[in-house]
Amino acid sequence: MLEFERYELSTGPAYRFDLERRDLFKLLGGGLLFVLFFDGEAIAQESGRTQGFRADARPAELAAWLHIAEDGTVTIYTGKVEVGQNARTALTQAVAEELHAPINSIKLVMGDTDLTPYDMGTFGSRTTPTMAPQLKKVGAAARETLIDLAAGKWKVDRKSISVVDGKVKNSATGEAIGFGELTHGQKLMKTVDGATVTPADKWTLAGTSVTKVNAREIVTGAHRYTTDIARPGMLFGRVLRPSAFNAKLESLDTKKASSIPGLVIVHDGDFVGVTAPDELTLSNAITALIPIWKSDAQPSSKDLFAYLKSHPAQSRGGGGRPSPEQGSLQKGLESSDHKLDSTYTVAYIAHTPLEPRAAVADWNNGKVTVWTGTQRPFGVRSELAEAFKIPEDRVRVIVPDTGSGYGGKHTGEVAIEAARLAQAAKKPVKVIWTREEEFTWAYFRPAGVIDIRSGATKDGLITAWEFHNYNSGPSGIETPYDIVNHKIEFHPTDSPLRQGSYRGLAATANHFARESHMDEIAAALSMDPLEFRLKNLKDERLRAVLQAASAKFGWGKIKPDATRGFGLACGVEKGGYVATCAEISISQPGSKVKIERVVTAFECGAIVNPEHLKNQVEGSVIQGIGGALFEAIEFENGHILNPHVGKYRLPRFSDVPVLETILLDRKNLPSAGAGETPIVGLAPAVGNAIYQAAGIRIRALPMVPNGVPNQVQSTAKA
Amino acid sequence: MELVVNQTHYRLQLDPNSLLLWVLRDELELTGSKYGCGEGHCGACTVLIDGAPVRSCITPVSKVAGKDITTIEGLAQNGRLHPLQEAFIQADAMQCGYCTPGMILSGVGLLKKTPHPSEPEIRRALEGNVCRCGTYPRIVAAMQMAEKAMNGGQHA
Repeated sequence: MLEFERYELSTGPAYRFDLERRDLFKLLGGGLLFVLFFDGEAIAQESGRTQGFRADARPAELAAWLHIAEDGTVTIYTGKVEVGQNARTALTQAVAEELHAPINSIKLVMGDTDLTPYDMGTFGSRTTPTMAPQLKKVGAAARETLIDLAAGKWKVDRKSISVVDGKVKNSATGEAIGFGELTHGQKLMKTVDGATVTPADKWTLAGTSVTKVNAREIVTGAHRYTTDIARPGMLFGRVLRPSAFNAKLESLDTKKASSIPGLVIVHDGDFVGVTAPDELTLSNAITALIPIWKSDAQPSSKDLFAYLKSHPAQSRGGGGRPSPEQGSLQKGLESSDHKLDSTYTVAYIAHTPLEPRAAVADWNNGKVTVWTGTQRPFGVRSELAEAFKIPEDRVRVIVPDTGSGYGGKHTGEVAIEAARLAQAAKKPVKVIWTREEEFTWAYFRPAGVIDIRSGATKDGLITAWEFHNYNSGPSGIETPYDIVNHKIEFHPTDSPLRQGSYRGLAATANHFARESHMDEIAAALSMDPLEFRLKNLKDERLRAVLQAASAKFGWGKIKPDATRGFGLACGVEKGGYVATCAEISISQPGSKVKIERVVTAFECGAIVNPEHLKNQVEGSVIQGIGGALFEAIEFENGHILNPHVGKYRLPRFSDVPVLETILLDRKNLPSAGAGETPIVGLAPAVGNAIYQAAGIRIRALPMVPNGVPNQVQSTAKA
Repeated sequence: MELVVNQTHYRLQLDPNSLLLWVLRDELELTGSKYGCGEGHCGACTVLIDGAPVRSCITPVSKVAGKDITTIEGLAQNGRLHPLQEAFIQADAMQCGYCTPGMILSGVGLLKKTPHPSEPEIRRALEGNVCRCGTYPRIVAAMQMAEKAMNGGQHA
């Protein structure tokens, strides 16, 4: 199944339920409590639920709460998680900005299903555009309430009171007190409604490059990822994996394993797992189990693209998008001087988060607590409740800041495995997936086939655009160019491998096809690729990044030759506008391609943290290099053929080009997320640069799996 | 078996085939060294043995008995960060941070052997360490900052 694109969900009901006030104070202690409900469209996007109450009786529309304890500690609670995108820092900054309190005085509790409000998940670049504004409102409301309390205490006009650097101050008397003194003895709960927040041009903390709030814990090794969690009496667990996808267990011989002391072997249907007192015993135990699996013949990567085109999805499910033709393709093609017809392909790739899936499960009186690195703590709670047939209030999922996800950690397999083993062993159990398991039993970025047919006049106007994407997904499928006659369609298929979301979703595939094809048309018309794009583009924000990137790059200033090529690409996705220019080198014809320089111009509205934004843009570009040049999952008959870091090439230091990043700050526009979109321009810009140098048009991602462009790859056809 | 980790001596009953990574993490509770690939290909498990970077995930503990083992937890002295740790913070050279301990120890290993590395030398020395978040340019910048700070003689 394709991971459906949640930011497209329609609006849910705007119910407002009373909170169980006592429950929250019991959980958090006395003091001041500010709760905020999502407003308007954010409800549907973030809560993702149509019912108001769930098992724990907290309304899904609840966005966040902020608690100021009697000792003055400020804690804010959000269901978002930190997976390396610096959400913890950005959200802390947002609250600090409004509360007028130092960053280090604010604690952020994230992704704990017992402590934080329901959240659908951390994906789709939604944290900055929706969660940050909500937290700002809570912060602003808290600040105003503190002012009210101080005005009451000092019996003065609130106009003479302000909050400065974590203290409430009376400008008339110079008196200043901490938050704790004001909140002491209080049990005040306030529902936040429409608080006025600071506009971007007045930001003092937000909009600046605050250091990552837990950087010190990370560089000293003190931060505890899921893999680092330990519980008293904890055992180590692992699952016996089938010999192939969809294999059924025919028999299991446990005789040899049973002779190893200290094991608990769990055999429950097709689930076989072991716990052991240490990792070495665990490895020995798994290899001592002798299973017989039965599996059927399955498709292989060499037949993949023909398979995708010939296997439309049985159920259209999420992601399918009916697409009526706009204008008339036939007329558009008739009025064109040049027609082009090309097919592009993208391989499955693996997220390869450096921290593999891991979970620690601990049962206590029929309630299970699971620490796990997931982008969907509440989704994983539901999965656990369903797997063990227990109500959700008997499941607690806690997500420590995680060793990255890139869209690859939406599911709860490992949480269920750890919980099942812990249930059998009657002790806490930690399961850390091996890298091979992560490469095999997680899910992949969808592979896909894209067919484009186009027509253009000889003076460079696109008159017809027909675009069919098979399997990779609809994200970024719409063209930003002004084309009257077009048909754009996504065709879901039955994927031979398990697939799901990935940084940028299908926008990478769709931009690769579209922006490569744009270059092909420009080449056919002997037009400059930049001039050709601008000629067909009205969107001012996209024009702005394209012009900024090409100016910085020095587009058109140096002539390409057989050893050096230049390419560009641009796109709009998730509210972000990106243009990428790339320079590649091929030291001599037939030798390896190296990306030498990449200039990225990115605009996502008002900038929240310039340094972290730049870091996300650079990270996107570098991650994009892998999928563009060499990453591909190879499989055959239910097996992954390259499930090792030594066989699946990841971008390394030597692959990194000179990176130049231009950030356009639009203070007057709402901030969009930035962790994904900058990835989409890299592959087509590099492909277009390779074409300039080598004269070879590569229509398959990865473009140079062996490093060298050749004709065989370039003719990859479905 | 005797292990010397971060200048502390430990006497442990261990299977000699146990891998150093899991002994550090599960026996000594030094979880800063990370499991990334289990094959020595990603560098997340890097520790220093007698000052040189080693992949602890493929190192049987028997091979390092009695040797001087440094993990990320042993790098700061009296609460004072190593200049490279400090530089990683200043250069924002991390996103998820999972590769950071191994990356820092590989970097410290290089700086011990080559106090003034060139940029190509830095890249070459760290080629075996993967940062999937792609913070490579910032890591290079952090190495250069640390090299300058150490050149200033601020750290023993």
